Amino acid sequence: MSGGVRVVRWTRLSAAFAVGTGGLLIALAFVPYAFGPGTTEKLTELFVLIILAAMWNALAGYGGLVSVGQQAFIGIGAYAVIVLTDHGLNGYLAVALAALFAGLVSLPTSLLVFRLRGGQFAIGMWVVAEVFRLLVTNDSGLGGGTGRSLSALNVYAPADRQAYTYWVALAAMALLIIAGFVLLRSRLGASLQAIRDDERAAQSLGVPVMRAKRILFAFAAVGCGAAGAITMVNTLSVTPDSIFGVQWTAYMIFMVLLGGLGTFEGPVLGALVLFGIQQEFSDSASWYLVGLGAVAIAVTLVLPRGLWGALVDRFGIRLVPVGYTLRGLLAHTAGQPEPERPVPHMTTT
Amino acid sequence: MTWVNAVIEGILLGGLYALFACGLSLMFGVMRIINLAHGDLALLGTFMIMVVSQHLGLSPFAALVIVLPGAAAVGYALQMGILQRGMRGGELAPLLATFGLSVVIGNLLLEIFSADTHSLSAGALTTASWQISSQLSIPALGVLIFAVAVLVLGGLQLFLSRTSLGRAMRATADDPGTAELVGINSRRVYATASAIAIASAALAGMFFGMRSSFDPTLGPAQLIFAFEAVVIGGLGSLWGTLVGGIILGVAQTVGAQIDPAWSILSGHILFLAVLAFRSGGIFTAREVRV
Repeated sequence: MSGGVRVVRWTRLSAAFAVGTGGLLIALAFVPYAFGPGTTEKLTELFVLIILAAMWNALAGYGGLVSVGQQAFIGIGAYAVIVLTDHGLNGYLAVALAALFAGLVSLPTSLLVFRLRGGQFAIGMWVVAEVFRLLVTNDSGLGGGTGRSLSALNVYAPADRQAYTYWVALAAMALLIIAGFVLLRSRLGASLQAIRDDERAAQSLGVPVMRAKRILFAFAAVGCGAAGAITMVNTLSVTPDSIFGVQWTAYMIFMVLLGGLGTFEGPVLGALVLFGIQQEFSDSASWYLVGLGAVAIAVTLVLPRGLWGALVDRFGIRLVPVGYTLRGLLAHTAGQPEPERPVPHMTTT
Repeated sequence: MTWVNAVIEGILLGGLYALFACGLSLMFGVMRIINLAHGDLALLGTFMIMVVSQHLGLSPFAALVIVLPGAAAVGYALQMGILQRGMRGGELAPLLATFGLSVVIGNLLLEIFSADTHSLSAGALTTASWQISSQLSIPALGVLIFAVAVLVLGGLQLFLSRTSLGRAMRATADDPGTAELVGINSRRVYATASAIAIASAALAGMFFGMRSSFDPTLGPAQLIFAFEAVVIGGLGSLWGTLVGGIILGVAQTVGAQIDPAWSILSGHILFLAVLAFRSGGIFTAREVRV
């Protein structure tokens, strides 16, 4: 079976997709010149959703770490912006530092919650998020239960501010997605998927389990912190109950499950769907959450690989080359050219 | 004396947490599923008891006779309809499905009953207490809840160790494949465990509604308290869960005595401290393993 079989990462389609994505990002950078602040504010929300979906998917889909408490880092990111600007820092510089601070907080947190596994880790993270919410609620300097508003950005004219916020969000999304791509394609990504599939087997093969999980956890915390910080500069006010609320996890799970857990492209698709739904139904909050929860249950049971996973299974397309594609396998055995098709076990799952 | 009162109140509150926790513990022990909808299902029980007792003019205890079988049926259906299907794909799918269910139940309750607070009246029990001294009193409702918790935990322990269905449950928990070989229907065993778990959650929900006022947003908090009680006590030990619940309850009431804002937070911090220093919990399973 040698000679005829080649392992392919980049395909013509994925190369074209990479170029297209680059072009789209550049085009998106010009949106503030062509559209008003209403549009950029909405698109900033979309970028936040895409970041969150990508982070939750990296954790659960690639590392097997299902967390229902990532809102801990979203809230920390948002409140870190307030604390840093209170100390006179520029609002947008504070966004970057707040994201890194969330990553820093994740390290001691991981020492505690990594003692729990599977579903216990999931609730353990929920407790962590509640602890941070209550700490903030009890801190009158942070506005207590009524929250705070951000005044540091008043130095900019409103239209400028909205454009800057938009660019910061766009840059953060692009950076985090590229970083996620590099991370998951690397040796670490392979380690993580081995851990997700069987932690003990991975350990016995010499995979540095704890280190790999910790790096992924910190990466997701930085991303969620960035999402929280961007939400802060986009909405300019925050309350602990909303920013530390479990509805963020509901959004993340919905986006990732619907798009396709463990696929790189799926969560972005899920984020677009959720964004569309939010534009339609955001005024009846609880019915809309009932719908999200119901769809999440249905997708888990009926379409476990989500919309994108179903597309990949059916058509064999893959736009982001995170996994491997075997070419020529059947050609060798059946003597016929085989259309490019990912082999399920060697792909991103 | 206020401190002694706080400790007594905490111990009795611990009984309620243990009652919330035993269903969670049972489902985890038998099916390896952490049911993230456990708190919301318990709260659904609270609201159902409220609706039944209001519409039929019954006391909550009488309404329980109607609601408890309903809760058991919900548990049976939950396992057969959703979790069994999800379990085929490993641990992830049931976990995510129960989170979705938690979101659905919580928001349905919010839509139907609005965010107003409600309460269940336990009649004369609500205010009855034993006056030990001028400052020290023991609430009768708290003692009743604690006694029921001990009875339920003890009953569950006996059921698992002495009855044939209990043995089948333990066998299935250990190895469903081998259990099937000796003629155990693992699907039915799982569904029965789930039925018991949700019924016990509804029972806990009734006492929760009698003890304090409630609104539709409180489900996740009950899940978290139940989970903390299980972990503090040590996974797999039912009596450990009772001790875990008591420790959590005392931490909350003593914390509240120091500063009311620190009540729930001190429970969480104790939980994190147990994780840090004694991650196996205070008890490790020596008795019947569930």
